[in-house]
Amino acid sequence: MARPSLALKDHWQEQRLFLSRIIAAGVIILLLTGLLVMRLVQLQIVDYQRFSELSQGNRYRIEPLPPNRGIIYDRNGVVIAENQPSWELVAIGEEIENLQETLKALEQLKLIDVSEHNTLRDLIHSHRGFERVKLSNLTEEQAATFAVRRHRFPGIDIQEALARYYPFGEASAHAIGYVGSISLADLERIDRSEYAASSQIGKAGVERAYESTLHGRVGYRQQVVNAQGRVLFDPTVKAHAENVSNLIGGLESKPPVPGDNIVLSLDMRLQLAAQEALKDARGAAVAIDPRSGDVLALVSTPAFDPNRFAAGLSRADYNALTIDADKPLVNRALAGTYPPGSTVKPFISLVALEHESIDPHKTLYCPGEYHLPGQTHKYREGKGGIHGPMDMHDAIVRSCDVYYYQLSTMIGIDDIAAGLKAFGFGAVAGLDIEGEKSGILPSPEWKRKRFSRREDQAWFLGETVNTGVGQGYMLVTPLQLAHAEATMAARGEGHPPRFLIGVEDGTTRAVKYLDPTSLTPVAHNPEHWDFVRDAMVGVTSEAHGTAREAMKGLTYKVAGKTGTAQVFTVGQEEKYKEGDVDERLRDHSWFTAYAPADEPRIAVAVIVENGGFGASAAAPVVRKILEAYFAAEGYVASEP
Amino acid sequence: MSLANLEWGRTTGAGRWRPLGGLVVDVPLIVLLCLTAGVGGVVLYSALGADMGLLMRQGMRFGLGLAAFFVLSQVPPRYLRIFTPWVFFLGLALLLVVMVEGEIGKGAQRWLDLGVVRFQPSEILKLAAPMMVAWFMHERRLPPTFMQTVAMVLIVTVPAFLIAEQPDLGTALLVIASGGLTILLAGISVWVMVAVAIAGLCAAPVLWHFMHDYQRARVFVFLNPESDPLGTGYNTIQAKIAIGSGGLFGKGWLNGTQAHLEFLPERSTDFIFAVMGEEFGLLGLLVLVVLYLAIVGRGLYIALQAQDTFTRLLAGALSLTFFFYVFVNAGMVSGLMPMVGVPLPLVSAGGTSMVTLMAGFGMLASIHGHRKLMAP
Repeated sequence: MARPSLALKDHWQEQRLFLSRIIAAGVIILLLTGLLVMRLVQLQIVDYQRFSELSQGNRYRIEPLPPNRGIIYDRNGVVIAENQPSWELVAIGEEIENLQETLKALEQLKLIDVSEHNTLRDLIHSHRGFERVKLSNLTEEQAATFAVRRHRFPGIDIQEALARYYPFGEASAHAIGYVGSISLADLERIDRSEYAASSQIGKAGVERAYESTLHGRVGYRQQVVNAQGRVLFDPTVKAHAENVSNLIGGLESKPPVPGDNIVLSLDMRLQLAAQEALKDARGAAVAIDPRSGDVLALVSTPAFDPNRFAAGLSRADYNALTIDADKPLVNRALAGTYPPGSTVKPFISLVALEHESIDPHKTLYCPGEYHLPGQTHKYREGKGGIHGPMDMHDAIVRSCDVYYYQLSTMIGIDDIAAGLKAFGFGAVAGLDIEGEKSGILPSPEWKRKRFSRREDQAWFLGETVNTGVGQGYMLVTPLQLAHAEATMAARGEGHPPRFLIGVEDGTTRAVKYLDPTSLTPVAHNPEHWDFVRDAMVGVTSEAHGTAREAMKGLTYKVAGKTGTAQVFTVGQEEKYKEGDVDERLRDHSWFTAYAPADEPRIAVAVIVENGGFGASAAAPVVRKILEAYFAAEGYVASEP
Repeated sequence: MSLANLEWGRTTGAGRWRPLGGLVVDVPLIVLLCLTAGVGGVVLYSALGADMGLLMRQGMRFGLGLAAFFVLSQVPPRYLRIFTPWVFFLGLALLLVVMVEGEIGKGAQRWLDLGVVRFQPSEILKLAAPMMVAWFMHERRLPPTFMQTVAMVLIVTVPAFLIAEQPDLGTALLVIASGGLTILLAGISVWVMVAVAIAGLCAAPVLWHFMHDYQRARVFVFLNPESDPLGTGYNTIQAKIAIGSGGLFGKGWLNGTQAHLEFLPERSTDFIFAVMGEEFGLLGLLVLVVLYLAIVGRGLYIALQAQDTFTRLLAGALSLTFFFYVFVNAGMVSGLMPMVGVPLPLVSAGGTSMVTLMAGFGMLASIHGHRKLMAP
């Protein structure tokens, strides 16, 4: 390495420079030390009296004040989640003499649950000694039980608090979620000082997704307490000020900032109607406003009572919910994936029309089953029977599988996959709460990625045939299907589904509404949109329409499609008979619809697990949701 | 003949006191370090809740530090200089290893586990960064040119950035401080310093503009801890009460109520200065401050006596960095400065930083002990 400067090194000059730097550093060191000593003199000599009294006779405690959690409204201002006064049992760790025995004694009085013993002990240990840790919620009776024995429990207290209350209970469970006690895991991901006074945190659904909006900001007040923990001085109580204020300088308080209230897209009338219609079944219903992506209803049954979570569910009760065979904690609307069955046919038709795979007025003959050329495997007509000659319109109206078996081979799997992808199949719909599954949109490319063994990766024509009727690998969630249906209703002008439509400032009460966002439009020829819509209207109105009975007598046109998702594969020579199959292996029943067909305002997807044929179980649920929606026409007309 | 052309040779001990058969023993430095650690041990015993076992562990750490001190005292500065780039790049490589392992394990990214020993590679950089800067300037002309300054800044900021990513902002700050002090000692002009300061001040509002709300909130708490009395501010408030209530003479050994009633957080590590203030009062703290100043003074004296650029810069930087540690910790605990997790050197409980510190002092002793006598 060349070092041109070497010859020019002037050592005496460098030494002088270094000396001047060291002298400067020495001066700075002395100045800073002087500053530090002055500070120490100020603390230890000038302010000695104040600090001495603070540390010796008194304890200086900062009492955190919880913010009120924001209220959740539906689109009409109906309260879905609010705060109600309640009693809480709290522990102040540093004042408890024997934690183990105190907890045992509380268990004997049935004020806390035995199974929570270790959890509560760890929770108390993980807080600072003076922090109040919530142990449980108390009924009025329990509060009285404790009140008369309070002297036996130093460090344990009851305090009034606001508890979360969900007036609609089960009906809002899966959409709104619930709040629960802050767990050790939650403590890892939150700003602990913001939650110093809060005992609950959003655990699921909207409560979790908008936790930071709803929670608000913690407040505090500084207090002086004596060794027994009795408050000697509290700046918010004026009478105290004169007695001890000479001891304390600068005691402060800061009021908590309440959380913001949020306005959801839900319409509780629809939500209740859907819950009522599905209450005895396992299933899900999602209703979306195609003009904005607003989720008007989102129901999954069976559900659970979120108020039990807010009140503090015991471990045993929670375990009972998790092992329930009907899986009430699973949100089927977002996380249930099912084959879409025939509900996929209108989308396949649009793809076929776009690619001119067939003249829609040309008829194909339906003999009740279909064979691929040179193969003996039978692709059966879903409901059995022989439809005879079918054009595309009739094939949608009567849900002819054989027509779509043939049509899908004419389109080809790549175009089918691309066409369905545009409607959002195979990807999460983007609802603003957690837990959505993406389902499966099968294609040769998907298969190559999904399977590692080469022989599993090949795509067979028979799989194209199955995809054409929404069977085989394809899986969708009820939310995805409702979203695709909404996009179809809006003739391709899709919006991401959303819950949050407005935020009300917790203090000023000013409401800010959020504009809906748009997705990349799905482009199709207007005539093709009309063709498919007319066929779907035929499903609910024509003589052979599969949902004619279910939609009979409605005053507006409904574009609909039934679907039947196979759970159980019957043998080649057998016939599927509902009575013969175990209830849990029966077909799932789908119905999707939008209405009014000419000017759609609502799109719905409903699944009833093991409900059998689409028209029999799911269509009546859709009808009840539509009735609830249009019964409120007066309100709908005055919508913002 | 220019000094740079002189080879460093082992001096023959003429006029130098070398009791252990030619071994380098810097008596003033050893006495001062042991005195400080001794005073620290007394306070630490109280802060650890009068636990002799825990105190013994700290004693072992100091013993380990002394061993590092003696070993490095014997290494002639010439070898220190030759090994500098190796140590620096090894340190950088280890930082990257920890980073990659952390990525894979999704866990803590600071520790390197060698099976028997676990240590933080960032500790190496606390010494290697100033050494590398001194190495870089060793045969170049002082003061540095603009491009040389840029190169030195890179030597300091690259490892500091990697450490900050871990994320360990406290150690990153210390690396920047030790490296930055070396650059300052190298003699960059006062105008460059002023320009950097002005540029920094100008950049602040721009940076502020691009920050998220939560980031701004953190800066506020950093600048004014008392705005967050439930979080970091709690520590500051309690530490101030502890120091203030100590008064002139203190409450007496083992009698600190703040410390023993557990009001004071981290009392055996970052906040031990407050324990000292509570139990030994202003007088106790002054004794400690005088001891620290004496150590810094000895270090600066060694720097002034050093005979080439590398040793001069290294000795100066190590001494100033030591003061920086002391001032940042004492300033933080007494509420002069924002909260930074820096231990009080030689007193706070904790292993790795003690060994690093003593190794640095070993280099100081070596620089002094291996000087070549010059004709007057």
